[in-house]
Amino acid sequence: MTASTITDRQPDPLDTEYVLGLVDTALDAIAAAKTSAQLKQVRIDHAGEKSPLALANRAIGTLQPGQRKHAGQLVGQARGRVNQALAARQAEVDAAELEATLLAERVDVTLPVDLHPVGALHPVTALLNDMSDVFISMGWEVVEGPELESEWLNFDALNMPEVHPARGLTDTLFVDPPSDRKLLRTQTSPVQMRTLLSRDVPIYMVSPGKVFRADEYDATHLPMFHQIEGLAVDKGIHLGHLKGTLDHLAKAMFGDVRTRLRPHYFPFTEPSAEMDLECFVCHGESVGNPDRPCRTCKSEGWIEWGGCGVVNPRVLKAAGIDTNVYSGFAFGMGVDRTVMFRNNAPDLRDFVEGDVRFPRSLRGGAR
Amino acid sequence: MRVPMSWLRELITLPANVTTAQVADALTRAGLQVERIEVTGADVSGPVVVGRVLEFTEQPQRNGKVIRWCQVDVGELAPRGIICGARNFESGDYVVVALPGAVLPGGFEITARKTYGRVSDGMICAEDELGLGVDHDGIMVLPAQVNGQPLTLGADAMDVLQARDEVLEIDVTPDIGYCLSMRGVARETAQAFGVAFTDPYLIGNVRPTEGGYPIRLESENCTVFVALTINDVDPNAPTPTWMAARLVAAGMRSISLEVDITNYVMLESGQPLHAYDGDRLRGPIVVRQATQGERLTTLDDVERKLSPDDLLITDDSGPIGLAGVMGGQTTELTPTTRNIVLEAARFDPVSIGRTFRRHKLPSEASARFSRGVDPALPLAAARMAARLMAELGGGTVADAYTVVGQAPAMPVQRIRADLPARILGAPISAEQVVEVLRASGVRVTGPGEGTGSEWLRLVPPTWRPDLVDEYDYVEEVGRKVGFGVVRPSVPSAPPGTGYTFAQRSRRSVLNALATAGFVELLTLPFISTDELDRLGLAADDPRRATVRLANPLADTQPFMRTTLLPGLFAAVARNTSRSQDDLAVFECGAVFLANNRGAAPMPDVSRRPSPAEIAAVTGNLPDQPRMVGGVLAGSWVPSGWQGPAEKADWRHAVYLAQIATATLGMDLGRRATQREPWHPGRCAELFVGSGDDEVVLGHAGELHPKVIKAYGLPERACAVEFDLDALIAAAPRGGEVHPISPFPLTKQDVALVVDDDMPAAAVRQALVEGGGELLESVRLFDIYTGAQIADGKKSLAFALGFRAADRTLTEAEAAKSRQAAVDRAAQVCGAVQRA
Repeated sequence: MTASTITDRQPDPLDTEYVLGLVDTALDAIAAAKTSAQLKQVRIDHAGEKSPLALANRAIGTLQPGQRKHAGQLVGQARGRVNQALAARQAEVDAAELEATLLAERVDVTLPVDLHPVGALHPVTALLNDMSDVFISMGWEVVEGPELESEWLNFDALNMPEVHPARGLTDTLFVDPPSDRKLLRTQTSPVQMRTLLSRDVPIYMVSPGKVFRADEYDATHLPMFHQIEGLAVDKGIHLGHLKGTLDHLAKAMFGDVRTRLRPHYFPFTEPSAEMDLECFVCHGESVGNPDRPCRTCKSEGWIEWGGCGVVNPRVLKAAGIDTNVYSGFAFGMGVDRTVMFRNNAPDLRDFVEGDVRFPRSLRGGAR
Repeated sequence: MRVPMSWLRELITLPANVTTAQVADALTRAGLQVERIEVTGADVSGPVVVGRVLEFTEQPQRNGKVIRWCQVDVGELAPRGIICGARNFESGDYVVVALPGAVLPGGFEITARKTYGRVSDGMICAEDELGLGVDHDGIMVLPAQVNGQPLTLGADAMDVLQARDEVLEIDVTPDIGYCLSMRGVARETAQAFGVAFTDPYLIGNVRPTEGGYPIRLESENCTVFVALTINDVDPNAPTPTWMAARLVAAGMRSISLEVDITNYVMLESGQPLHAYDGDRLRGPIVVRQATQGERLTTLDDVERKLSPDDLLITDDSGPIGLAGVMGGQTTELTPTTRNIVLEAARFDPVSIGRTFRRHKLPSEASARFSRGVDPALPLAAARMAARLMAELGGGTVADAYTVVGQAPAMPVQRIRADLPARILGAPISAEQVVEVLRASGVRVTGPGEGTGSEWLRLVPPTWRPDLVDEYDYVEEVGRKVGFGVVRPSVPSAPPGTGYTFAQRSRRSVLNALATAGFVELLTLPFISTDELDRLGLAADDPRRATVRLANPLADTQPFMRTTLLPGLFAAVARNTSRSQDDLAVFECGAVFLANNRGAAPMPDVSRRPSPAEIAAVTGNLPDQPRMVGGVLAGSWVPSGWQGPAEKADWRHAVYLAQIATATLGMDLGRRATQREPWHPGRCAELFVGSGDDEVVLGHAGELHPKVIKAYGLPERACAVEFDLDALIAAAPRGGEVHPISPFPLTKQDVALVVDDDMPAAAVRQALVEGGGELLESVRLFDIYTGAQIADGKKSLAFALGFRAADRTLTEAEAAKSRQAAVDRAAQVCGAVQRA
């Protein structure tokens, strides 16, 4: 008996052979369906309202009451088997189709993704942020002030007498006319004096920012550069506190390195020192070792990092602070120069000429 | 200061095993930074020996030159034949001979070579060929005896000339001027190594004395003046080799015996001396300030216009010297000078500093005077020089001399013996303090010697004008014991509150801009008028109110920037010239806006200034707001596999400002405006807030084509500039969270026809006002102009979203709210709902 012949017959819900034949025919068709569309047609043909099984089911109502139970069981089980097979096949076909779709939708995930340009902070900004963070973490405050400043705050209040060579027109950029006593600050220390004048001690502060000198413009000199200067004024402050603070900064910035103080002279501090940073690349191993030269410290083992010292009491007195009770320390270092030796930047002019490759080369950070 | 080690080792007895490097290290640790150690004579190697010219024949050449064919005895069995082009020697003269195998400065190798038809078996050397000087007028002729010893033929000439030495180059800080002398460096070195030091100069408080050359002081800028006369000096007496060698090693030149002696004594003692030709002086020497318009021709043959601030040495003929800086021509020594008047004086450091800077005449003398010369030194130094002139030049030192003025008393200071330990944070005992200060020449009384047990009474030596304040002595102790004894510890600051709101805000904005794709630049803040002209600024534009510098680095850019844009434009042009065409750059920095707040005062520094003085000194300055500027050019995203380029346009300039406002929790408001240097139809005024709280921040848009051309920028370049300080000041602090409604959103679209020039933002604002509380979102999704609506009109399509906080809206409620929004738009903007 073939499928076509059996489906062409009059539905007979009492004919076991007929009903099972319908089931076999349906199961064959279900197994043969390869796509959702085919399966949908199979469902219509073999389980739909006009399918032989549905017609057989409907015919049960025309039977004698005594026959109905048997027929109902027969047809009900048959329809159940067909529906079960349909659901199972549907799941298989769906999975296969999803798999095919996903395969077809694959992309080359290595293609460049350029939704916007590559931005970057300037390395000086990034480093100033890093250095300021160290002091904020110690409970210090960051204070800023104007770049165009009063001569008194930049020099006199900091114990730099009028005859100091740095106060000349050859070193400092003055506002016209010079009798206005205004200039482009040569250091960020005037911010410290502003703070001393506006606030009670104790003070623990750093002042980052731009400073200016009437300097030449070449690979190692800029007329505008950046400093971060620190000031601590409290009871019992001494040079050991300065050394400890600088060692901490060095460690936070460069890892396991120390600083070294060499006596020097600055009007603002007394005693004064130059501060050297132990080379964080070679740790001094390049000294006297021509086989392992170090370009960061030029094989000297130490890098000149800045100036520092105990605040000259004359400076505190100019702010009206009792120097019998309070003392302080101060330090300052060049930020651009720090970027230079930290990141092997060869030419300071790159810092201000605006070639976008310079900030991008460090992506604004890179310790 | 250049310090020859041979000289230093003569002044103090260092242990033999102490190396030059160790000396350099010790001095550096004591604050005398040794910049480098130079080895003189190191570039001469191989046989360079003393020889004697036995005889020579002169041989004229075809080129007109006459050469000498010399037989030179260099201590060998037979003399050598050497060709020499110089003719400044006689038979029997001692000369320096470089033999084959020698290498002279510049890598010049000497070989036996054929020249002028003969084989020249070496070279007779001139001063410059040995690197000993610049003289090439002839060969060096040596005296028969050097330092009292007869010359040995064949001896190493560099040793005989004492041309091999190690020289310390010391960077002397301004406070320790006494270390601009061998005497000072020797004292410091002796202290560093704990060896004895005997000052070769018998300094002391000298009483005014008359009887020598008459002197009159008429200016307070000269406190001591000593005049000492030496007669009958032999003008032809040569400078001894040892002295010349030391002068050269110390960086000076050998000129003549008398001048060399004054320089030698200056280098050794630190006291600049001046020698006058006694026969050319006219009447008493008078030290006075110059008068306006006076003139003096200095030794360098330059006629100088003098100012009343200049201190002068004069005689009856007028000015004869710029005191402490440079002598004059009329009384300078000549090759026939026999009678010399020596000047040794003490001039005011500030006065000398001003004069040498005004006349741009830095000299060895002015360097020392401007840092302060030991006021007790002049007579001792003059006597040393006179003695040398007598010994080496055969002169007679006149018995009578003149001393005018007196060294001032040194200031007494008292410190507690534990002050150095307290300020240095180091374990330094009172005994150590006393020991160190005494070795530095300080007179120390105490502790316990009649001044109270803890106190030290201190009087500095005359050569230490830097020792005044208590902390000066702390530094002196610190320098001498070394900062290595300092015990590091981190002080504990009071609990902090972190960055200020403004600092955090600024950092957030800059980080956000960098993350969004903008590259931060820093540019120099100097501009020219021309740059402002090229921006197209009107004559009365506030950005023309510039601050001018008195001494700009470049005369072409004497002004401080009032806008960041010119600097950014220059950076953009530089980038495009380097084929970086797609640019999104920004800068955050101050601009300088001139005002007329008057001069800043200069209060007395010995006390705290008054509140009014503080207000003026901190406030009489130009306004310096911190701006953000940005420039865009080329493509925001270049064309690629994903599609065509997204050109940078006015939207990206606005976007930059939007990032800044959004980062600080604000919406950026915009309205059309016209402002240089922007395109008049494509410039937005940027603001935050509304009504009375509105704050205008700046501008954004496409640049004016004329500006683009004037600055050489890429076509359609765009720019933005706004006041970051003002933005941060307007930023909200804190704020409230909106309740989140869980009810469904009801969406309704509306298309409104308005006049073509009606700003979309105005229509949107009207919808917001009209829609009331239920209107949650408004989004412009289409703009239409064309056939279906009238000319001069446009259709704006908005998607409106309605939602209530407490219920699901009915269609009727949403429709009512929508109608209210449309009505408001009709009322305010003349909007007509499109059918």
